[in-house]
Amino acid sequence: MNVMSKVGIVLVSHSSKVVAGIKDIISQMVPNVSVALAGGTEEDSIGTSIDKIQQAVEEVYNEQGVLIFYDIGSAKMNAEIAVEISEHDNLKVVEAPILEGAFVAAVEAGMGKSIEEVVKAAENASQI
Amino acid sequence: MKLDVAHILDWMEKANDKIQQNKTYLTSLDQAIGDGDHGINMARGFQEVIGKISASDYSNVSDLLKDISMTLLSKVGGASGPLYGTAFLKMSMALKDSDSVDYPQFVHAMEEALQGIKQRGKAEKGEKTLVDVWETLLEQLKEQDDFDSVRFEETAKLAMESTKELEAKKGRAAYLRERSIGHLDPGSVSSYYIFSSLSDVVKESV
Repeated sequence: MNVMSKVGIVLVSHSSKVVAGIKDIISQMVPNVSVALAGGTEEDSIGTSIDKIQQAVEEVYNEQGVLIFYDIGSAKMNAEIAVEISEHDNLKVVEAPILEGAFVAAVEAGMGKSIEEVVKAAENASQI
Repeated sequence: MKLDVAHILDWMEKANDKIQQNKTYLTSLDQAIGDGDHGINMARGFQEVIGKISASDYSNVSDLLKDISMTLLSKVGGASGPLYGTAFLKMSMALKDSDSVDYPQFVHAMEEALQGIKQRGKAEKGEKTLVDVWETLLEQLKEQDDFDSVRFEETAKLAMESTKELEAKKGRAAYLRERSIGHLDPGSVSSYYIFSSLSDVVKESV
């Protein structure tokens, strides 16, 4: 395994501005984590797109795995479908608030933690 | 009853016509208790389905249903994309390699589709979602041993209308809680159009 690789993060939101904003917040504190964005529909209106999610997963995929954070409604369903039809098996949709969860996950991933450890920390994000 | 590729193509044409005609109505229903994009999303998705399937040749219903599914998944957007996409994908899987579908196979495919929708949306009957139409129809189908297009249409319509008095427990309308009462569920209305179209196909083929 490549010791330099870190768990990747995909942000799925109905709005491209939301995911861009979350990435800004994360990057300020954790510059060395791969965060890919799947915000809005293909026409960049409000909604989510399975194609955008799949592309984002490929963008940050490495052998450590990828975690997907989502906001409301269709975001979770599309994230789950992307995981089901992907050929990779170390993808996971995380049950956590998208901003707090992804932020904590990025910090943990930046420290080189395993996907299981990162998930656990993200799921407890609201306790910090 | 036997459904073959031509019937399914006709079904999608008719469903698309109904959805295009009622695009504004679907959107107005969704504006009342949702995010107001159901009409636009369904109209775009089904138009794309017609574009996709009319440009291809199919030797079995399973491949056709799979293309319908994949197009809806990527083109509808909103929660309806993954839900309808999953439903048609499950039908496609249930009818693998079939070049025509008899009544028991159709009921089986509907059952798989309903399970797919419920699992994807984590919804049960009575929560003011399209599950209310799909599950009620499946119950009706199981009571019979052949397709009764008149009863099928009526059952779908009643199930759709029954969502009006329910309080939403799933979907965007659930955020509104008791304010969702008194409005039809937009997904149940679009499901009604889809099944009413299927009823028309069967009616014309016998």
